[in-house]
Amino acid sequence: MIVVNTETIPGYEIVETKGLVQGNTIRAKHIGRDITASLKNLVGGELTQYTELLTESRRQAVERMIQQAQQLNADAVVNVRFTTSSIAAGAAELYAYGTAVKLVKTSSSVAPQAASAPAMAPRATGTPGTTPPPPPTAG
Amino acid sequence: MELFLQFVLPLAFVVVMLLLGSTIGRNRERRHFAELDQRESASRGLVVTDLKTVPAGMEPANATLVVGATVIASDYLKTFLSGFRTIFGGEMRSYSTMIERARREARLRMVEDALRKGALAVINVRFETSPIAMNSGRNVAPMSEVLCYGTALLPAGR
Repeated sequence: MIVVNTETIPGYEIVETKGLVQGNTIRAKHIGRDITASLKNLVGGELTQYTELLTESRRQAVERMIQQAQQLNADAVVNVRFTTSSIAAGAAELYAYGTAVKLVKTSSSVAPQAASAPAMAPRATGTPGTTPPPPPTAG
Repeated sequence: MELFLQFVLPLAFVVVMLLLGSTIGRNRERRHFAELDQRESASRGLVVTDLKTVPAGMEPANATLVVGATVIASDYLKTFLSGFRTIFGGEMRSYSTMIERARREARLRMVEDALRKGALAVINVRFETSPIAMNSGRNVAPMSEVLCYGTALLPAGR
C-alpha cells in the first residue's frame, strides 16, 4: 500500500477513486509519563516519551486508515492529512485521512532506461534561475 | 514561623525552580541549537519543498510518506516570564525559540527518515502544531506537538 500526501503518485496513474478513508485513535497519557513530563517542565525541552507516544499512536491511526483502504480494494492512499486535537485534559486524538485510489503503472516508469537517461540533462540545467518563466495564463 | 511556612517557603521554592529552570534550560537549548545546525548542514543535499509537483528533471519511480514529530515543553522561567508578557503584549521571544527548536527538530526527523529510505526529494511538506497541554493547571508549562510530513520521492528499485 502506497501512502503519500500528494494528489498524484510519480510513476503511477490513478485510474479509479474509491473515496475517503480515515483512521483515528485517542490516547491518554498515563501517570508515570505525566510525572516525568512534569519534571521536564522545569527545564523545558523535548518530552521524548510524549513524542514516542504520539508517534506510535499516529502509526496506529495510519494503519487503521490503510485497513479501510484495503477493504475498498485500493492500491494507495493519496492526499493524506494529519490532525491532532486535545479532546480533554490529558487525552489527545490523532486523526489521519486520505483518498483511497486504484493505480496503474505509467509507461515511462515501465521502461526505466528510456526514462532515466534524458532525466540527467534537464536536472543539471534545471535551476530556478535558468528556467524560462511560464507563459501568462489567459483569464 | 507561620509566616515562614506561608510566604517564605513558597517564594524560595519558586526562586529555586526559576534558577534551575533557567540555567539548565538555557544550557540545553544552546546545545540543541548547535546540534540542529550540524544536522541541518549534513542533510542539506536533499531537496525539501512544499510544492506539490515533482522537481524538474527528477524521474521518481515511487513515493512514500515520511513523518517527523516532536513534543516540546517550555521551561519554568519561560512560563513564568510569559505570564508578565501577556500583561503588556508583544513578541514572546522565549516561546519563539521553543517552537523554532521543535519545528526544526521535526523537520530534521522527517528529512532523516527520507534519507534512510534513499529518497531523491521530499515534496508537499506540511507543518502542523497542536497544543497538547494548555497552561491551565498550576506548574504546568505549555506543551506542544509539532508534526512535519511530506512525500518522499523514491528512485527505481526502492
